[in-house]
Amino acid sequence: MVGLITALIIIPVAGAIVLYIGHAKNPRVIALIFNGISLFYALMLWQKFDAGAPGLQLIERHAWIPSLGAEYLVGIDGLSLLLILLTSLVFPFAFCAQQLERGACALMLVMQAALYGTFTAQNFVLWFLFYEMSLIPAFLLIKIYGGANRDHASVKFFLYTFLGSVFMLLAFLGIYFAKETFDFAKLADLGKTGLLTGNVRWFVFAGIFLGLAVKVPIFPFHTWLPDAYQTAPTGVSMVLTGTLSKMGVYGFIRLLVPLFPNEIKIAGPWILALVVCSIVFAPLAAWAQRDLKRMVAYLSINHLGYCLLGLFAIATTSTSAVIDRHAALSGVFLQIFNHGLTAAALFYFVGLLEQRRGLRGINDFGGLMQRAPLLCGWMSVAVFSSLGLPGLNGFLGEFLIFKGSFATAAGFTSLAVIGLLFTAVTFMRAMQSLFSGPLAESCAGFSDLLLNEKIVVVPVTLLMFAIGLNPQFILNTFNTTVAQMARLFGA
Amino acid sequence: MIAWTIYLTFAGAVIVLLLPRSFARWIALLTAVAGFAISLAIFSRPNVDLGHFTTIVRVPWIPALGMNYHLALDGISLTLVLVTGLAAISAILFSWDVDERANEFFFWLLLVVGGSYGVFLSADLFLLFLFYELVIVPKYFLIAIFGSTNKEYGAMKLTLYSFFGGALVFLGVIVAYVAGGSSDLNQLGQFQFSSQLQSWAFPVLFLGFAVLAGIWPLHTWAPTGHVAAPTAGSMLLAGIVMKLGAYGALRVAMNLFPDGFQMWRGWFAVLAVIGIVYAAAVALRQRDLKFVIGYSSVSHMGFVLLGLATANVFGVSGAVLQMFSHGVIGALLFAVAGTMIYRRTHTRDLDALSAMNLRKALPFAAFTFVIASAASMGIPGFSGFAAEITILIGAWRTYPAAVWIVGVGMVLVGAFTLRALKRAFFDSDLAAGGAAQAAPAENPATSGQLEPITIPEKLGAGLLMLATLVVGLYPKLLLDRIQPAVEAMRFLK
Repeated sequence: MVGLITALIIIPVAGAIVLYIGHAKNPRVIALIFNGISLFYALMLWQKFDAGAPGLQLIERHAWIPSLGAEYLVGIDGLSLLLILLTSLVFPFAFCAQQLERGACALMLVMQAALYGTFTAQNFVLWFLFYEMSLIPAFLLIKIYGGANRDHASVKFFLYTFLGSVFMLLAFLGIYFAKETFDFAKLADLGKTGLLTGNVRWFVFAGIFLGLAVKVPIFPFHTWLPDAYQTAPTGVSMVLTGTLSKMGVYGFIRLLVPLFPNEIKIAGPWILALVVCSIVFAPLAAWAQRDLKRMVAYLSINHLGYCLLGLFAIATTSTSAVIDRHAALSGVFLQIFNHGLTAAALFYFVGLLEQRRGLRGINDFGGLMQRAPLLCGWMSVAVFSSLGLPGLNGFLGEFLIFKGSFATAAGFTSLAVIGLLFTAVTFMRAMQSLFSGPLAESCAGFSDLLLNEKIVVVPVTLLMFAIGLNPQFILNTFNTTVAQMARLFGA
Repeated sequence: MIAWTIYLTFAGAVIVLLLPRSFARWIALLTAVAGFAISLAIFSRPNVDLGHFTTIVRVPWIPALGMNYHLALDGISLTLVLVTGLAAISAILFSWDVDERANEFFFWLLLVVGGSYGVFLSADLFLLFLFYELVIVPKYFLIAIFGSTNKEYGAMKLTLYSFFGGALVFLGVIVAYVAGGSSDLNQLGQFQFSSQLQSWAFPVLFLGFAVLAGIWPLHTWAPTGHVAAPTAGSMLLAGIVMKLGAYGALRVAMNLFPDGFQMWRGWFAVLAVIGIVYAAAVALRQRDLKFVIGYSSVSHMGFVLLGLATANVFGVSGAVLQMFSHGVIGALLFAVAGTMIYRRTHTRDLDALSAMNLRKALPFAAFTFVIASAASMGIPGFSGFAAEITILIGAWRTYPAAVWIVGVGMVLVGAFTLRALKRAFFDSDLAAGGAAQAAPAENPATSGQLEPITIPEKLGAGLLMLATLVVGLYPKLLLDRIQPAVEAMRFLK
């Protein structure tokens, strides 16, 4: 009998095979059907998940390559579940964004399976298998179905990420050589007393850090991101920013911090400095962009920076109070989910604008409010969510992060606040030039939201409000995990 | 029973020569499938002792010199026999369209395969050497008669290098025979050679074998040979012949002269690492698709040599796994480049290919090449990853510094593979956007004049893809059989 988690991983693969073999007339419908099944399974997982119990749940364990310490070990805790839910939501949302070819749909589904695997695997070899499995589909999606400059962007994306993963792999081989295990839980246990000694540990630490920092990405390893997000088709950009970037954040939480608690204390300030650079400079770069998609891409770097700010602020100092660590970590988790949802929504709206106008330069639009009030209204909600307006989902996550990390790393946090300001200014200027002012001539025939678009937009926006007004239902899922990690990171 | 792989293949070669031409390919296929089926049957049998080099046939041959016709089997041999069978079947399937002098073609092809089976199963030094040299001659004819670009040069270069390596091997074999007083590999494996003798006999023997494995800087025959060879020839070269060298280095040089091996292995590790990085860097600059793949072979075989040089169970088992893996992946890459692309487009120039929109014209070829590239880059889930990770764990133990340099090499492998993949299949928009739109009718690829991928090609590609995926997802299948055999080797103790 196949376990729930395994089934979750297999379903999208099955969908991809169906799409590849069969010649469906409307591949998107098939993909959405499989997405529906995935979502159903994800909800079932949520329902089965005991939010009060610590540690991994619903574990499936099978021997795989014993001589290499690799086993098929999947299980979920609050963090994994959160990311599974996010993945299950972002993918159908992305499929709705635009009509994609059969091949693109199949590749997206493969990527979805890889994401489920990454978020549930608890053994490095298995985790790495899924982590890399997303790489080739992402490359092909950008290369084949991307827009202008796709050639350059796809190769840059692939090589950056591949470089990072190779060094991460080598680092883990070093760990395996010393400790003879790839099991995350065991490694985290060993990590408390120092996984490695001497200079080797810094090589290993740097290797893993590099791999994850490229994936998230953190300044100065981010340069692949604007190119890739800009050129990818809307749906793919949504998936890239909504879920793929979370692989890196997840890796930081699951791997780097638990495995190297002592090393983080030394390297932490430097990493925090990079994170603050991401937070402050990314919106500045976004300000300078003329292409809406590129602008949103840069802002994505900024938002992911908050996640890492919270994480590294509490991991760097051991003196902080548990309550601060708890707050920051809850904020990080919430921000992961929120950013996934909101950034995907922003790309979705940019996609809508592009479909209507054929262009997506910030100056190609003007006075849209007169022609398409609904579109502007709903898009504003997404923008405000991204800005962190209270009442919407973005607020609480950022608030908790700042609350927790201010107590532990006041200097860095104060600097990071500047980033909030820059983000707000950038977004406001964009909205102003898009929505208000005289109606641009080229936008005269601009149509408002269509019915099928409303069907997509409304539930997503409702979810944003739901999280913003009553975050408890999502906080409950990972509260125990956060408490456990907060204790662990401070020790 | 496994000895029948050799007999059947040679018998098949003779029959191919005797019967009319139209039967040739069927007989060849039948022979190859039978050989593979036999090895698969042994593989799936639970109670075969694969931990030791167990004798299966032993008949006096030249009693006066103490030579026997002596065959034996362990996990390492079996793994290589399996990959030989796989490469042979797919090579024949990808040569389905060979019409001119077909008898002769399949005759030479089967001789290479049969000789390789012989090398992997020989337990007698001279018998092994005989089979080893037997492979060189048919290889020459395969390339010189049926090859393409610069074929005489490529064939001659390959043969001269092989003979040069062969001469070194012969010298080493004689030394071992005279000093050890036997030609039985198992007996010699127990014999204690003086370390003074080992210190010079080992490098001679190892280097002799390593020439055929494509060790840097004696690798230059490999790219030219691969390019000149017909598709089946390159598939066999990459799939089997390069393995002969690595196998000989392991079975003969390392196992007979463990002390010499300990003295020299650091140097060979250095050569291996240089080979991995250098070949990958060179591949990045090639314009001919087959040259790219040829250099990638050298890079991948560098991993084998690095694994051998680590002298621990992980490294050496990984090396054997990598021999299998590269056999499959290399054959697959050459199949796509040689038959699926070159035979249809008559060019392997990446710039020319990038203008042809091959992804649309040959979707199956694109799919196969994506899989093969992923496997070649070492993406997890394919056999290349399983092998490289095992080798690198072994290398961490002995040469941690090498691991980081190899990391750079792996990134380069990723880079050139990606470049080849992109240029060959996914660059259509550049050219199609400009030139082809202006004159769509003149572009043979876009107007659908390319012959679609045939059934034999699909079968052959499917077989190899299945093999790399199965071993990649479940390497335990092979590792469980390789590791006991490696643990029994003397140099580990």
